[in-house]
Amino acid sequence: MIPDKFEYVAAKTVPEAIGFLQRYRSDAKLLAGGHSLIPLMKLRLAAPRYLVDLNRISDLAYIKETDGSLRVGALTRHADLETSDLIRARYPLMADTAKVIADPLVRNMGTIGGSLAHADPAGDWGAAMLAAKSQVIVTGPRGKRTVPIDEFFVDTFTTVLQPDEILTEILVPQPRPGSGGAYLKLERKVGDFAIAAVGTQLVLDRKGAIEDVGIGLCNVGPSSLRARRAEAALRGTKADDAAFAKAAQLAAEECNPAGDLRGPADYKRDVVRVLTVRALRLAVQRAKGGA
Amino acid sequence: MGNRIKVTVNGSVHEAEVEPRLLLVHFIREVLGLTGTHVGCDTTNCGACTVIMGGRAVKSCTVFAVQADGREVMTVEGLARDGQLHPIQEGFYEKHGLQCGFCTPGMMMSAYALLQRTPHPSEGEIRWGISGNLCRCTGYVNIVEAVKYAAEKLGSAPAVGGERRSS
Repeated sequence: MIPDKFEYVAAKTVPEAIGFLQRYRSDAKLLAGGHSLIPLMKLRLAAPRYLVDLNRISDLAYIKETDGSLRVGALTRHADLETSDLIRARYPLMADTAKVIADPLVRNMGTIGGSLAHADPAGDWGAAMLAAKSQVIVTGPRGKRTVPIDEFFVDTFTTVLQPDEILTEILVPQPRPGSGGAYLKLERKVGDFAIAAVGTQLVLDRKGAIEDVGIGLCNVGPSSLRARRAEAALRGTKADDAAFAKAAQLAAEECNPAGDLRGPADYKRDVVRVLTVRALRLAVQRAKGGA
Repeated sequence: MGNRIKVTVNGSVHEAEVEPRLLLVHFIREVLGLTGTHVGCDTTNCGACTVIMGGRAVKSCTVFAVQADGREVMTVEGLARDGQLHPIQEGFYEKHGLQCGFCTPGMMMSAYALLQRTPHPSEGEIRWGISGNLCRCTGYVNIVEAVKYAAEKLGSAPAVGGERRSS
């Protein structure tokens, strides 16, 4: 399959890329990993007139901790997050997520920023970043702005990004002592999108109760979803199976899956319920220093 | 509309003027005539088109040739050296790691990338490493055996074949 014709420009810096976007506006698409965009172009579901390649920008791929946050450059590949010692040691939610995205070949190209900006409700990073209560840095002609992840997704394939703006960085709060996270995904086979997936990040207080918790749901609604009622039910409670079961039931009720080739809607709700319990158990186990 | 690119493929520098929409796999097959790299699903699923770009295994049906400008690419043709099979190729031959052979070039390039990073992989790591490559004949058992064979051979005789070649 051959994409429609387009002109290709490779930006060397973020300001140069923004300049291209200002010139070409909605005729342009940004090329990061390209593993969502290029298939769409080959199917002619997308036919941008200009492709602005970000891959020649040297300082957009990094993973580092500064000022209380983990900072991840938007062009960081899934494979780099999967193999990062820092991510493995301190951000199990993200380590879990990175290793279940698509397959190893796709992870070598696909980027966290591209995945979030694409805003596919089946994208794993959306749910994981909701669970992590992250923020994204958006850079445009007027400088940078910080967008909480809850305000970033508007609808399916739609974010608050303006045509001349680029998602340049993801900020994840550094885990406090007593923190744990997990991401669990049910997929038909390696490489498929999730039937459903659940991410969670929580922190236990000194008595072992849940002080704060984030839960993100993947591919069970028009966009990545936060399980608000489940989170509210857990806050301040003892971290036990009874609490997890109640929260998981709420998560299953508040998601909004569509029946498709991956199963009917009520099956997917049940997958959310089961995965929510398991993710919470694993996150608590990790918070207590196990697993 | 043409963009001038310069790509090093299997150690040789190639310059060409290409349309931006030309996919890397078509550049390799049709411009360079290296038809060992296959087009399978053409939808980023099957991995038959796997090549090494900048040291990483990628699906060349989902990369534009212009993205490879200034970079190094290794295809299945880059494995054998001086008429001698690479241990990965030898493993597929010895362990019957193929039937129809269509997935084999991509499978071998993923195995190559895996062994570069993990020279002594467990069976689980091998299965994980080739999980982006689909085979509809073998059931994977003999492919895993082939990769194990290659790992052992490379481990015991590090000078054999092209495994030292950086990509």
